[in-house]
Amino acid sequence: MGTRIVKMPDVGEGVAEAEVVEWHVKVGQSVLEDQVLAAVMTDKATVEIPSPVAGTVVALGGEVGSVLAVGSELVRLEVAGGGTEEVAAAPKQAAAAPESPSPAPASKSAAPTPAPAAEPAPRAAPRPPAEPVPPQPVTPGPRPAIAKPIASPAVRRRARDAGVDLRQVRGSGPAGRIGHEDLDAFLRGSAGAATGGGKVANTAVETVKMVGLRRRIAQKMAESKRRIAHFSYVEEVDVTAVEELRAALNAQHKSDDRPRLTLMPFLMQALVRAIADFPGMNALYDDEAETIERHGGVHIGIATQTPAGLMVPVVRHCEARGLWDFAAEVRRLAEAARHGTATRAELGGSTITITSLGALGGIVTTPVINRPEVAIVGVNRQVVRPVWQGGQFVPRTMMNLSSSFDHRVIDGYDAAQFVQRLKSLLEAPATLFIEA
Amino acid sequence: MAEINAKVLIVGGGPGGYVAAIRAGQLGLDVALVEQGGREGGLGGTCLNVGCIPSKAIIHAAEAFHHARQQASAKSPFGLSVERPALDFARTVEWKDGIVGRLTSGVGALLKRYKVKIVHGRATMVDGKTCRVDTDTGPETVRAEHVVLATGSEAASLPSLPFGGRIISSTEALSLPAVPERLVVVGAGYIGLELGMAFAKLGAKVTVVEAEERLLPAYDSELTRPVARRLRALGIEVLTGARAAGLSDAGDALRVSSQGAAMREIAADKVLVATGRRARTAGLGLDRLDLTMNGAFVAIDERCATSMLNVWAVGDLTGEPMLAHRAMAQGAMVAEIIAGQRRVFDAVAIPAVCFTDPEIVTVGLSPDAARAAGHDVHVGTFPFAANGRALTLGAEDGLVRVTARADNHLVLGIAAVGAGVSELSSAFALALEMGARLEDIAGTIHAHPTLGEAFHEASLRALGEALHI
Repeated sequence: MGTRIVKMPDVGEGVAEAEVVEWHVKVGQSVLEDQVLAAVMTDKATVEIPSPVAGTVVALGGEVGSVLAVGSELVRLEVAGGGTEEVAAAPKQAAAAPESPSPAPASKSAAPTPAPAAEPAPRAAPRPPAEPVPPQPVTPGPRPAIAKPIASPAVRRRARDAGVDLRQVRGSGPAGRIGHEDLDAFLRGSAGAATGGGKVANTAVETVKMVGLRRRIAQKMAESKRRIAHFSYVEEVDVTAVEELRAALNAQHKSDDRPRLTLMPFLMQALVRAIADFPGMNALYDDEAETIERHGGVHIGIATQTPAGLMVPVVRHCEARGLWDFAAEVRRLAEAARHGTATRAELGGSTITITSLGALGGIVTTPVINRPEVAIVGVNRQVVRPVWQGGQFVPRTMMNLSSSFDHRVIDGYDAAQFVQRLKSLLEAPATLFIEA
Repeated sequence: MAEINAKVLIVGGGPGGYVAAIRAGQLGLDVALVEQGGREGGLGGTCLNVGCIPSKAIIHAAEAFHHARQQASAKSPFGLSVERPALDFARTVEWKDGIVGRLTSGVGALLKRYKVKIVHGRATMVDGKTCRVDTDTGPETVRAEHVVLATGSEAASLPSLPFGGRIISSTEALSLPAVPERLVVVGAGYIGLELGMAFAKLGAKVTVVEAEERLLPAYDSELTRPVARRLRALGIEVLTGARAAGLSDAGDALRVSSQGAAMREIAADKVLVATGRRARTAGLGLDRLDLTMNGAFVAIDERCATSMLNVWAVGDLTGEPMLAHRAMAQGAMVAEIIAGQRRVFDAVAIPAVCFTDPEIVTVGLSPDAARAAGHDVHVGTFPFAANGRALTLGAEDGLVRVTARADNHLVLGIAAVGAGVSELSSAFALALEMGARLEDIAGTIHAHPTLGEAFHEASLRALGEALHI
């Protein structure tokens, strides 16, 4: 028996160390080749490390939470054969980075079918029959573990293009050889569709590289979701009054060069007022230093859809701005973001974020917090609904606010009070502008 | 300083590098290829310039000349006689150079067709994406998203026998101005024996010195026995278990020590050191990259990925087997991976051919290796002495051997030794890649009379059904 040391692989560009976040194996356990040994996390992603060889785990390189340098010992395995060898495991695929679309049935879902070291296909008798064997019914499903599936290069290539792990395909040929028809049957099976009516399973897989803004969005979103204990709170707001005010102001200033008001400036004004009472919402939480920065200035990020993807331009110092100022600044920034002319400064430094999909706003959303902020306010669609008021149904313009908070630093009670404050400000718009 | 930007930078224009470049070009990628040229290469690398191709040309010419001389000495079994054959060795070398020229310019034309930018000069990696090339017209910088390292290998000298003067590597042996009178070959591997036998046929007095106890240590004795017989017939002395200790004081002989024997001196006009090749990793700035090494080689995974993202390595640089066709397969695969296709190097076997006389070809596992891997095996061998075609060629020494699993008859390995068996390598490799069982080969009609029938019969024999033995 020899020893094989599986080293922490290079898990990505410029990553020097990674934290073990989960062990999938224990000392003494035997592992198969490609079985996942551990999940490790870098500042960018969590990556599963598969075993490059089969063997028995002799030692683990650390505990959950240990930070190991790239190239240091991750797992020590006892393997068949002599000598001590060091191997760098290849990182599987970033669990968070969606750069490679997970191959359909191949990877994780079917992997833990232990098939306890079954003898390779006992169907093949020592003296195979000479007459042609009637074709066996082909049923997709894992077959007994064989080190390497037997298949021609053309079959192997087709399988790889379709993202199929041939170890999951039952070969109907002699010695368990996998033919094109076996692969076809497997693909039909995994497509889950009956192939009547001349319909053919489309096995095309297009790999799109995650680059640029899309990649940054992916990293930021995943990071936010992973680190922050999100909770969302949805409240209904009667916006009839604020909508009437908005319409009146727009009518009044129809002819001058002031920008047309949307609901956004009112919401921003409401945020400024509510934050004055709840300064904990306008904060940045540095979870590594374990400090919370409460900001005096209210810098509101406005989630904006651009052709390249989601961007968050920032209206700075909202506490010092007025209604039309908000409107003008939001319009200017949104255009800059869409045309790609927004500066770095305009795209960063927010302390709280508003996300609105306008008419597409839906009933409820669960916004992802723009880390390291601690709160995000989502705006849902406005709808005129009959509301029971004063003994009768009256038509009111209703709108939901779906807000998410970082539960690590904000308690549910405070979040609820904050949203109720926003609601009361918006429902009685005069209070937005009265200096208390 | 000129700057070139490309999607793919390929360092080295040998079989691994140029195939990667052509394939990447076919797939529409923007490719730059750096080739240092010089004595050891140029486009086509070791293979085309100072390896596979020129050696085969010399071997062919040597065999033709040897054949004629045999006939002149009235040794022709079928009664042919020839008057005093002579060989103009300078023209042999010229002919060989012509073949090399045709092939290398062909590579150049293919690269041009696929719009590969060729940068002639010596490459030094600056980082994982940047390379400095010292060209005749000054330094240039090449930047690329992907880097494919394909710098190959070079002949390794022995500490006691540094190259220079009488001591030559295979490179010089292929461009000698004349056939040396006395040639000592150090190393009885395939390079040493191929060239040693060729020079013996050209008229040199050849002695082979091998440190191991047997010649062609990479092959089992069933396969090497016909080669040993032929070496004896050619008058080549093979000293096994012998170490080359350096040149004699006069510089005209090789001092050889063997266990339990006195130091011996073997007169030599040339000493060909063919003890191995080492990866060309020095002076390329590879130390500036964070590459995990596998001994002296660059470590790669099954996709030819190195330890650095988007830095790939193919060919001899990545270790054994150092074979051009392995490098080509790796190069093409890496190009496809860079183009976004899903590929891994999943070949069942890489054929290996030894162009000695007779030739040896192996694909897959030997019977011993298969047993060591835990398989119960059936082995079938068929001698060419029972093959009609071999007899009509006057080449009856040799055999074909098929190794298969006993339980399901899956063929695990095929080997042959005999004149011209290198051409059987395609059939052997195809059988393994297609997952053939013994019955598949037995059920394939092989043309008569051909050497390939021995493959058929060996498979039949493994099934206990041989017809002609």
